[in-house]
Order: sequence, then C-alpha cells, then structure tokens
Amino acid sequence: MFSSIRQALGRSAAAPAPNPPAARLINTFSGDPVAKFSEAFTALNGKLVLAADPAEARSKLETMLAGKRVVASRAPILGGLGEEYSREACAAADIGLTSADFALADTGTLVFLSESKESRLISLLPPCHIAVIQRQRILTGLDELLSRIPNPSVQSSAMVLVTGPSRTADIEMRLVRGVHGPGEIVVMVVGM
Amino acid sequence: MKSSPPHKIQETLADPKLQRAIYSATGRLAENRRKTVLPEVLPDFQDLREHAHNIKKHTLDHLDVYVDEFERNVLARGGIVIWANTAAEACAFIGNLCRERGVKLVVKSKSMTSEEIHLNKYLEKDGIEAVETDLGEYIIQLTGETPYHIVAPALHKTLEQVADVLHAPPGATAESLTAMARATLREKFLAAGVGITGANFLVADSGAVVLVENEGNARLSSSAPRIHIALAGIEKLIPRAQDLAVFLKLLGRSGTGQPLTVYTSYLAGTRKPGEPDGPDEFYVVLLDNGRTKILADAKKRQSLFCIRCGACLNHCPVYRKIGGYSYPWVYSGPIGKILTPQFMGREHDPWLPFASSLCGACGEVCPVKIEIPKILLELRQEIAEKEGDRAEHLAFRMFSWVMRHPHVYEQFRWVRKMGKMPAAGPLKAWLSQRDLPNLPQKSFRELWRERGRS
Repeated sequence: MFSSIRQALGRSAAAPAPNPPAARLINTFSGDPVAKFSEAFTALNGKLVLAADPAEARSKLETMLAGKRVVASRAPILGGLGEEYSREACAAADIGLTSADFALADTGTLVFLSESKESRLISLLPPCHIAVIQRQRILTGLDELLSRIPNPSVQSSAMVLVTGPSRTADIEMRLVRGVHGPGEIVVMVVGM
Repeated sequence: MKSSPPHKIQETLADPKLQRAIYSATGRLAENRRKTVLPEVLPDFQDLREHAHNIKKHTLDHLDVYVDEFERNVLARGGIVIWANTAAEACAFIGNLCRERGVKLVVKSKSMTSEEIHLNKYLEKDGIEAVETDLGEYIIQLTGETPYHIVAPALHKTLEQVADVLHAPPGATAESLTAMARATLREKFLAAGVGITGANFLVADSGAVVLVENEGNARLSSSAPRIHIALAGIEKLIPRAQDLAVFLKLLGRSGTGQPLTVYTSYLAGTRKPGEPDGPDEFYVVLLDNGRTKILADAKKRQSLFCIRCGACLNHCPVYRKIGGYSYPWVYSGPIGKILTPQFMGREHDPWLPFASSLCGACGEVCPVKIEIPKILLELRQEIAEKEGDRAEHLAFRMFSWVMRHPHVYEQFRWVRKMGKMPAAGPLKAWLSQRDLPNLPQKSFRELWRERGRS
C-alpha cells in the first residue's frame, strides 16, 4: 500500500520530508482562568467545590464520600479515601476519585494523562466522578495545553479530555446524561 | 443514465413523521453549530477553517511521509500497524486475531469505516459477537439497519420505536431507555476480549489514535478490553499533536455545536509498565479500499479531507428532504454524493452527483473547506462525457459550433422570432422543471446595424 500511495501522489522515495504549515497555537482567552473555568464547567452541569489547601480538600472530600462506596487512585492527596483500583471495584463503586493533570478554562475541560498512579477506568465506570486539581493547573485552553505538552505520547499512553458529564441525544435528540460514563462530575479546586 | 434514484426517496417524502424527524434534528444540529461559530463567539473561525484545509492538503500531498512516520511511532509505543488494501483484508485481519486470541465477544464504538467494510457481518459469520455500543448504533444494530446520519445514526427512530426494539415496559422515557441500554452494554464492555474503534485523527508525530465522542463508549471500548483495534482510512492522518488545537475546535462545533465534545481520547500504544489499566495489545488497521485511487486525482484529492462532522448533511436542502437511506452507500448527504462515485466508480449510481441544487451550502459550512459543489460539477462532467446521451452530445456540439460562428448564428433569426422556446420534443421534460427567459427579438449584431454603426 505504501508504494501505491507514493505512486498515486507521483512522489519518489528520494523526495524530502517537507515542513507542514506552522502549528497554530493562539491564546484567544484572557482574564481569570479559575473564574472562567468555573463558569464553563458549571454550564456543562458540572459541580465545582473550592478548597484552600489539601487539608481542607480532604475534610470536604470525607464529608462528600461518607456512606458511599468509593474507588480512589493512588494520587498522594487521595491516600486512604477509597478502595484501591481493581476492575471489580470500579464496576461496583458509587464514586470514582482521581486527580486531574490540567483543566482548560475556556471549555470547562479536565485533562487526564495516564500514569502509574492513575487509572483509566476509575474516572469512567462509576456513576459519579470526583476530580481534584491544583488551582495553578487551570490553563486558559487547548492551545496552552498543547504548547506545554507538544507531544503527550512521549510521557503517556493516553490523554483524555473530559468536558462535562457523559451524554447522548440519540433518542429523538433528547439530552440524557450518564449514558456510558459518569452522569455526575465534580471538581475540587485546591489552592488560593 | 442507467440507474435511477431509489424508491426510498418517494417513501421518505410521503412519510410526514419521518419528514418532521429529519427536518427538526438536522435543523437543531445546524442551529447549535451556528451559535458556536458566530464571529463574537469564535472570531478566528474562518482562519481555523483555512488552516485546517491547508494542513489536510499538506498531509495528503505528502501522505507517504506521514504514514511512514505514524507507523514508526506506533511501533515505538508497543503497537502494530496493519496495512489493509481492501475491505476483505481488513476484515480478515480482525477476524483472525479474534480467533487466535480465542475472543468470542467484541465491543465496537461507532465507526463509519467499519460500516464501509461490513465488519459486523463478517465477524458474525465467524461466530464472533460484535456489539455496537454507541446508543444510536446499538439501536439500529438491533433493528438491522445502517446509520441514517454520520453523527446521529438513529435520527429516524421515534422514542416509541426505540422502546419497542428494547422491549421496554410501558411509559418509557429517553432516560429509562438509555439506562436500559447502559446496563446491558456495561456487561458487554466488561466481558469483551477486543474493543474496536474508528479514529477521528491519526497523529503522525505521536503514533496516536484520536477518538471524539460524547457517551464514553469509545473510552470504554479502548480501555476495558485487553486488546484495542482502531480501524481508520489512511486519510485520517495529521502531522502533529499540536494540530489538534485546530481540528478539535472545528469538529465539535461543526458536528453538534459543542466547543469540545465530552470526551476526546488521545491513545498512543499499549499501557506503559506500572499503569493499572489500558490495552496490552494495540493495533491500527490502515485502510485503503479505494482511497489511493482518489489520492491520484489531484483535483478531487480534497474529497479525502473530510473529518466526518456531518455539517454538510444538516445544511443540505436535498438531504433534509430525502433523508439518509435514499443514498446508495454508507456515506450520505453532499459528502456521500462526491465520495460514492469516486469509491464505487462513476457508473455505480450516475444520477447521484446530479441530485443537487448546487446551492453551495455544503461548501460554505465544511470545516475543512472541501469544495463540494465544484467536485459535483466535475463528476457531472465526467459522467456526461462517458455516459451521456448521444443525441444530447450532438445537440450541444452543434450549439457550440453555431455560437462560435456569427454568420451561421444570424441564420437562426426564425428561432428568436418565436419569442419562447417550444416545450416540445426533447426539450419538454427539461422545461417541465425550469423557466427560460424570453428570447430577445433582435440579436446584438442586428441592433448594431440598426444604429448605423457597422
């Protein structure tokens, strides 16, 4: 197939690799990223909780998690707040608790890079997902994210952007939340 | 013309319920899009379109370089690239892998490319259960149908029909039906040995597959089973991860009016050591199936820029009347009209490029600026040259010759004297749908002479 592509294009093996058009990364957003993130995330039906420091975050989380079956990632800030990862735990839990690597203010998006301390299924299988993020990790948007991490595959096998709760409109265009992923999503922003 | 439009067109036009469903769904998608691309909301929208077009053009013009780079990066991240020249080769690879690994259950997330190669039918014949997990796709798999629309596959189904298909108790709502499907499909996700997805983008510098969705079924298909297979046409390549900043902004807005869809997964290779989950095996099946044929046509190569957003369907006055099942192949609407003849051959459904008012809406909304109306005209010309009626050819050749010879043209004064073209003979059918302006009483030369300027 490789040779048929070359043939179709009329290109030869010696033809040099050209430079693509310059990458287009422009930050069009200015202002307070936290306020903007809060506005965009809430508009998507997400719930935002603020905590001044890790201690406050933990005590608020403990209240929110009381009486629920929780599966938590191995992020240091979440130690002891839930069961360890297993497929069974993820499938049975009421709440999945993870950290988030970044957030994008202009779209209300959370960014998760796969790594040994986090799992893909904790944020996906339980009906409710709670993500904890450091305040300074809220970026302006996609352009800033991709300027900071020009090639995510170098560090991670997966990068997932989450913009609001799982949703569908496949039945008569009616919006339903929580079709396969969590129908409820909560972000706890830590730091002043 | 050998074939004629299918009877589905008449059926669709005669069904008021279906007409309402198509019109309101496409209207809503179009309106949602409009609100997210307004100049005050997204001032650089036109610039983004231009940029996306240029990136796609550059990538396809040098596709050999980018598929090579992509393959090297997939390999470096523990994955394997399979080159499939035909639909049969792609199906055979996937079927064999399932057999070798002893997999009897496969979960699938929506992929138009898999519809193109009839993968489900192939796997079924092999005794492998392939379950569609996108809610709309799940519904139409149960009814044995194909996608009605590129992004809204079950657009034509009413809530009552869905309740029927799912054997729901009376009083079902969209919420209760979705919950039923969620419960059934959740079991499948956890039990499946292989997850098959399409790809919205293939990123050359990362060896990554990018999946864009709202439900979470593509995330589940790509991370719950032990094996992930992504099936994609070679035209899905983009050079760099950074180019996603352009394409993701356009795709969500153009498709459903979302600045970003709920989930965007960028997946590069197998799980890394220490990662608790993610696939142990990662395959990308790169499909040709006629694409290199289009690549060879420098003029129409841009047909392959398509990112499958569905905006051209939602804005097409023809699609909005005749619906998704009146088109002869999996790709419907304006993009289907230009892809089908190029993939299947001009002779397959020669009426297709003619079933357009050439209003230009498709070209105006296309996020990657594919000149669909221009390509329709080129296809019309090719079909007319090859298949056109002999008498018609002769008539136009004569007309052209007369128009190029003023003294001969003068001899046809008697035609002008009639005032109106007679709706008779071969012109009758043509004029039944068109109005011609009245013929002028005098030619330019006659007027010139009368004014004594000769």
